[in-house]
Amino acid sequence: MPDASPLFEFAGVGVRGDGRWRLRGVDAVVPDRGITALVGPSGSGKSTMLRCCNRLEVPDEGSVRFRGAEVATTDVLALRRRVGMVFQRPTPFPGTGLDNLRVADPTMTSDAGEQVLARVGLAADFLARDAMSLSGGEAQRLCLARSLTAQPEVLLMDEVTSSLDASSRNALEDLARMLCDDGVPLLWVTHDFAQVTRVATTVLVVIDGRVAHAGPLEQLGVGAPTDVLDFLREASGAE
Amino acid sequence: MPSDIGWGGLLASLVLVGVAVVLSIVRRIGVERSIVWASARALVQLLLVGVALDLVLDASHSLWWAWAWVVAMLVFAADTVRRRAREVPGAFGLSLAAFGAAAVVTLGVLFGLGVFPLEARALIPVAGMMVGNSMTSTVLAGRRIVDELRDKRDEVEARLALGLPSSEAARPYLRGALRTALIPQIETTKSVGLVFLPGAMTGLILAGVDPFDAVRVQAAVMYLVLGSAATTVTVVALGAQRALFTRDHRLVVPTRVSDP
Repeated sequence: MPDASPLFEFAGVGVRGDGRWRLRGVDAVVPDRGITALVGPSGSGKSTMLRCCNRLEVPDEGSVRFRGAEVATTDVLALRRRVGMVFQRPTPFPGTGLDNLRVADPTMTSDAGEQVLARVGLAADFLARDAMSLSGGEAQRLCLARSLTAQPEVLLMDEVTSSLDASSRNALEDLARMLCDDGVPLLWVTHDFAQVTRVATTVLVVIDGRVAHAGPLEQLGVGAPTDVLDFLREASGAE
Repeated sequence: MPSDIGWGGLLASLVLVGVAVVLSIVRRIGVERSIVWASARALVQLLLVGVALDLVLDASHSLWWAWAWVVAMLVFAADTVRRRAREVPGAFGLSLAAFGAAAVVTLGVLFGLGVFPLEARALIPVAGMMVGNSMTSTVLAGRRIVDELRDKRDEVEARLALGLPSSEAARPYLRGALRTALIPQIETTKSVGLVFLPGAMTGLILAGVDPFDAVRVQAAVMYLVLGSAATTVTVVALGAQRALFTRDHRLVVPTRVSDP
């Protein structure tokens, strides 16, 4: 039986910016299941790859496919509702929790809002709370709930726990696993190697704007080139 | 007439420049050269404008000369906005369009409805006040929009990532920027007559016009200024939004430009 289309497929992707190639010759496949971690040194192009998946960035060369369809020719607004994204810094919008959810779905009722909040572990009273006064962890959960309101098929996570304390980070990781179990695959950019070992099922290592190594977590580093092994040694030693 | 200031009177008024220079020297402020240069430059510019106006306002000349003057003012104002709001992409074309739209709206109303007679003597000063007063709002709106979208980039992109079109994603930030740009004009309009006497009215009274006539002219001018400021900042907002987002709803805000 032939394999179903991968979640995302990068073919010869190059992105220019600030007078240099931020990505160049990226060929990669993101499987349509589990949590795929994008790891690599700062400035290696991880977030740029992620942003190509929902067209917040557009490749200067090559192509990105989402479940077999060209991202470049897919209706961008529909694509972004299918491909949700949570950002590095929590980005609550002014207003209440319910106001935030209604940005994604203007018809959202309080009852439906409560259900979405419950999914991310927030109590119903957060619907009426001022979103701008929430703690970092609470705000990030609200942002996740807001993304889930659009009922995405996949979630892009861009270093979503980097500004959170350990308990908030653990809570978000638990949520990610639950979403994954519910059938929502995740593509997760992180620089936290311990997090990779906790949450990832597949790992893509991005170095100097290219995917230098890819494979299941259990085979991480097997047959990898020297620069990847050096990065993995340094990253795991830094934990 | 009270307005008749001869060359002697003009020279006498230069005493006030002398006062500023002496204060700068005595208090070691160090701006005496700038004061002298600015005063001399202003006098020369005004004299040149006076000569040109004398020619254009001559009733025997075609009104087209006055319109040409208005167009030159619009172009000069757009260039000023370009220099003062360098971070706004395409600021010259954008502000030229904004001033053009404001000119059509305000001059159309004032002359179309017969508030002022359509003659060079009215057209040039009215257009001048319209452009001069809305220039600050235009610069403020343009800079503020770019700053807002740059500073709140994460929020804007979070809205885009939810599948919102760029017009909706930008709306809260544009609204804030436009409010900031228009509030000074609204405050000025509210306090006129109470806190200060505006220039047009003061000039008319000094020129010997009946105060109630001056007030009517001033009121029309205030509404002109308010209408033109609202029109220009709206056009700037629409144009900036088009320039700062791609057609496929991506934010492409330029990097910060340091002040000159």
